[in-house]
Amino acid sequence: MQTRNYTTDVLIIGGGTAGTMAAIKAKEANPELQVLVLDKADIRRSGAISMGMDGLNNAVIPGKATPEEYTLEITASNDGIIDQRAVYRQASECYGIVKELDSWGVDFEKDAEGNYEVYRVHRNGKYVLPMPKASDLKLILAKQVKKMKCKVVNRVMVTRLLTQGNQVTGAIGLDVFSGELVVVQAKAVVMTAGAAGRMGLTDSGYLYSTYENPTNSGEGYAMAYHAGAELTGIECYQINPTMKDYNGPACAYVAGPFGGYTANAKGERVTGCDYWSGELIMNMWKLANKGDWPLYLKLTHLDDQTISQIESILHYNERPSRDRFHSGRGKDYRTDMVELNFSELGLCSGHSASGVLVNHEAETSMAGLYAAGDMACVPHQYLLGALTFGKISGTNASHFAQGQSHAEPDPAQIEAERARIEDILSRPDGVPHQQVEYKIRRIVTQYLMPPKTITKMEIALEKIEHFRKVDLKLLGARDAHELGRALEIHSIVDCAEMMARASLFRKESRWGFYHYFLDYPERDDENWLKRVIIRKGGDGSSELYTKELPPYILEPETEAGNSKGELKANEQSVH
Amino acid sequence: MSNLSTSFIPQRAEASVIIDRDKCIGCNICVQVCPMGILALDVEGKAYMKYDECWYCTPCQTDCPVDAVTVHIPYLVR
Repeated sequence: MQTRNYTTDVLIIGGGTAGTMAAIKAKEANPELQVLVLDKADIRRSGAISMGMDGLNNAVIPGKATPEEYTLEITASNDGIIDQRAVYRQASECYGIVKELDSWGVDFEKDAEGNYEVYRVHRNGKYVLPMPKASDLKLILAKQVKKMKCKVVNRVMVTRLLTQGNQVTGAIGLDVFSGELVVVQAKAVVMTAGAAGRMGLTDSGYLYSTYENPTNSGEGYAMAYHAGAELTGIECYQINPTMKDYNGPACAYVAGPFGGYTANAKGERVTGCDYWSGELIMNMWKLANKGDWPLYLKLTHLDDQTISQIESILHYNERPSRDRFHSGRGKDYRTDMVELNFSELGLCSGHSASGVLVNHEAETSMAGLYAAGDMACVPHQYLLGALTFGKISGTNASHFAQGQSHAEPDPAQIEAERARIEDILSRPDGVPHQQVEYKIRRIVTQYLMPPKTITKMEIALEKIEHFRKVDLKLLGARDAHELGRALEIHSIVDCAEMMARASLFRKESRWGFYHYFLDYPERDDENWLKRVIIRKGGDGSSELYTKELPPYILEPETEAGNSKGELKANEQSVH
Repeated sequence: MSNLSTSFIPQRAEASVIIDRDKCIGCNICVQVCPMGILALDVEGKAYMKYDECWYCTPCQTDCPVDAVTVHIPYLVR
């Protein structure tokens, strides 16, 4: 393998929503610094939302909602396991991001007076701000990255971080077009590498019909783990309500404000609140097990004009191929309800809570290493959280880089990664990546899926260990592209092992279906209102332990739900 | 319509990304923007679907300057 080298002040790993914003803000904080963005795809269309998004799900717009209300809403939605300072910071600073996106040409829904329109999907507050025509969001962000003169190198998939003790000094990756090994020296690194979305098998049987864009295969989680960073909430899986087979979101968020809802086969409304949470998935799972299944997205009661309006959002935005999926099956929202199902399981802090442990400054447990977006644990952060924490991570990485000098990369780390990659290339006639990927995802689906049991998790660990020894040694690749897909399987295996270990460690049930553990079926706040941390120890094996939550800055809602959302008197200032 | 792209994908059903070879100008934009990196230019400089790993997300179709790309839902998902 040929080697290509780069040197930069700030390295951004992944140019999705969080990564592009991090790059823009790193450069804005100090235009003298070099900022390099590496992306395994192309930043114009990469990350979670290649074609854009139809709305911001958690916009805290002054006059419509307060950061206090939002923070309490997410405290409740994530069963108390959050860093309130981080969520509060997102809520406080996201309005500035909305206005900045607006100034860059992103189209938001506004009333006659030009005020942002927001709708209620969460339990209490109104936070959903539609972007009916914002299909160009990634193109707009990519244009700003270029304008700020950040360096972008597409088609480089970062696979490992370079470290020196507890500090990160760069990264190693693969150019998935040329097949070169890429080595980067950096003074500060921001990981924005997305979710782990290729964990479970899809219901269609097509490997890549995942809920998440399948480029989001967990490299961020794996590289953070191997560098020795702390990860948390890994046992709090992501499982979403999706359109069966197509696997796009069920779209109650879009259809809800127009009068659409989740219904049973008789067309009767079955969910009171369509906000995505482990509790919603638990309710769906219980209905499925009672035989009251499938569920549907019901729009048939709406008039033609309203349905056309919903179609104009759903069919031209986040997932534009939705229309041809429906028409291929001869279905129409006017006459047919849309069958729903569960997504495959995965890891994603955008909708759930699994990620690299970060504080309200996007700092990880390692010096010089920041994380944002779907792979950083700021629960339920969605697109706007990726943008807001993208900004925070980029700004802070820029400040950190300023006081640093470059460290020489450790040759042993580079050689170890080269050996891992070249081993796969040495087997052009090895088992194709599709088959090897199917097998590990089958293990994930059959043993890691809730309801969890000690027995299932232990079988999973045994099978994963066997998979590493046998299957990964059979996996082959014939070119740089296949090599990239093969390395993604290594990430899937690492994430699967973390899921089993973190699940076994948390000896209670929490987050509805996400961590429904039959050996410990009750929520146990007395012993488990804390984080579970997993990280790679010095001897190469995983370490698991708990960590207390950062002190709350707001009193959580009581069961009666009578909280006023006031800040604790002694902690008015949160950042 | 002259179209060879399906022959590159080892399946008997049509490929999910179909390129109209008469329209394709070989500008490479679809190859660049595909998140999964599954498109390539063939020896004649025309785009084709090289790997069967499509998310049917449609940047290849939307960003094509000459409307040469059509995205279908992959057979198993249809």
